[in-house]
Amino acid sequence: MAWPGELAATFIATLRDILPIAATIIGFQILVIRKPIVHPKRILAGFVYVLIGITLFLEGLKMALFPLGELMAQQLTDPAFIQIAEGVSVAPWNAYLWVYLFAASIGFATTLAEPSLIAVAIKAEEISGGAIHALGLRLAVSIGVSFGIALGTYRIVTGTELYLYIIVGYVVVIIQTVFAPKMIIGLAYDSGGVTTSTVTVPLVTALGLGLASTVPGRNPMLDGFGLIAFASLFPIIAVLGYTQIAEWRSRRARSAGKTE
Amino acid sequence: MTPIRNRFIRQLFASTLDLLPIIAVVLIFQILVVRQPIPDVLNLVAGTLLVILGLTLFVQGLELGLFPIGETMAHAFARKGSVLWLLIFAFSLGFATTVAEPALIAVAGEAAKIAAQGGMIEASDEARASYALGLRLTVAFSVGLAIVIGVLRIIRGWPLHYLIISGYCGIVLMTLFAPEEIIGIAYDSGGVTTSTITVPLVTALGVGLATSIKGRNAMVDGFGLIAFASLTPMIFVMAYGMFI
Repeated sequence: MAWPGELAATFIATLRDILPIAATIIGFQILVIRKPIVHPKRILAGFVYVLIGITLFLEGLKMALFPLGELMAQQLTDPAFIQIAEGVSVAPWNAYLWVYLFAASIGFATTLAEPSLIAVAIKAEEISGGAIHALGLRLAVSIGVSFGIALGTYRIVTGTELYLYIIVGYVVVIIQTVFAPKMIIGLAYDSGGVTTSTVTVPLVTALGLGLASTVPGRNPMLDGFGLIAFASLFPIIAVLGYTQIAEWRSRRARSAGKTE
Repeated sequence: MTPIRNRFIRQLFASTLDLLPIIAVVLIFQILVVRQPIPDVLNLVAGTLLVILGLTLFVQGLELGLFPIGETMAHAFARKGSVLWLLIFAFSLGFATTVAEPALIAVAGEAAKIAAQGGMIEASDEARASYALGLRLTVAFSVGLAIVIGVLRIIRGWPLHYLIISGYCGIVLMTLFAPEEIIGIAYDSGGVTTSTITVPLVTALGVGLATSIKGRNAMVDGFGLIAFASLTPMIFVMAYGMFI
């Protein structure tokens, strides 16, 4: 196992990721704000925790989940496993049921472990004074990603145009925005952007490329992309929908209380 | 020391719970569907432990470092009252965090390959490298711009949904005119720009600004910066595909 070397490489990569951010913050603090940072030691300790945390997290993913996830994506999309006869030019969409199911479950599970989403959920619970539960928000987002990725794999199998789905998705989001409580809109839009980072992207990309290179008639260069777009769109719909349902139920409970 | 240690243990437990679904999905599919032995069980166990420990440290670091610094800087800028400096800071933060983002570097490389294959640029290493670099700078610029617009919105109190909906319309319009090869990559690039370090910082910045500016509500106005940062790259990448 050569992993001390790999660990150091991941550490340096994370450091390189953090440095421009630290430089921006320190530069503006010294040149523009010109006031000492409050609790400098605590802040520094926090940055060191984040640096070590991300390093271990990524290294662990590379050791355990990515190889296995990629292997499974390959095995599940393998024509021998799907049982498509050789030389078939169009694959029936329902031959890939296991792939959709895998896409949905892995999308759900990886989103639940996504560090950026955890961060936003913690903040949202704090700001809303507990009206929004961190875990509830994360579950809603995960369900959205899960549905989005499953639909995305279906799109790759059937070869329909990506932009049609995305544009219909936008229209749904716009309609929901009109009716959703104002307080949730910013958070819902944000949750679309945070779902896809460290954990989800590599696994989902492997699945997309695996599918596009094995489904007859698909070109991995053209059809392998787009899953991330699905994974960023559907959480918005899910979070808006979740709050709409919650509001509708509380309104109904209230009106039921009045009539009694 | 004890409260810190207790918090660490509680977080360790929470991180383990966060990881459980992934492990369950992988194991269930491996055993029931693929029906092949798991290669390298030792690495799987060791890796999972590292992931749990890493996630725990990250969440601790969030509350100690990233959230407080983002918020105190937002307060400091709000007290200083210089909108120009705040906007310059917003742009630098967006640009600096994106240009070195590993996921973006990977996507830009892929895009250059596709462009060369489609005959949009020469099939030489040099042409590909300059195409990829141009794309990265474009995306980093668009994220910087996104944070600037988002911060301006918080200061002025513009309603978020009008801006987002016009962004969507921009994307739809660009999709009609952009070369087909670039569309998938453009859509994906919106999702990859926001990294694990950027998200907490930018969220804290937005929430901090909304709390320190009079008449703004942290919940209504504080969120939305990330949404801009995932919208503008799509528009700019399609524009890049059209003009290069």
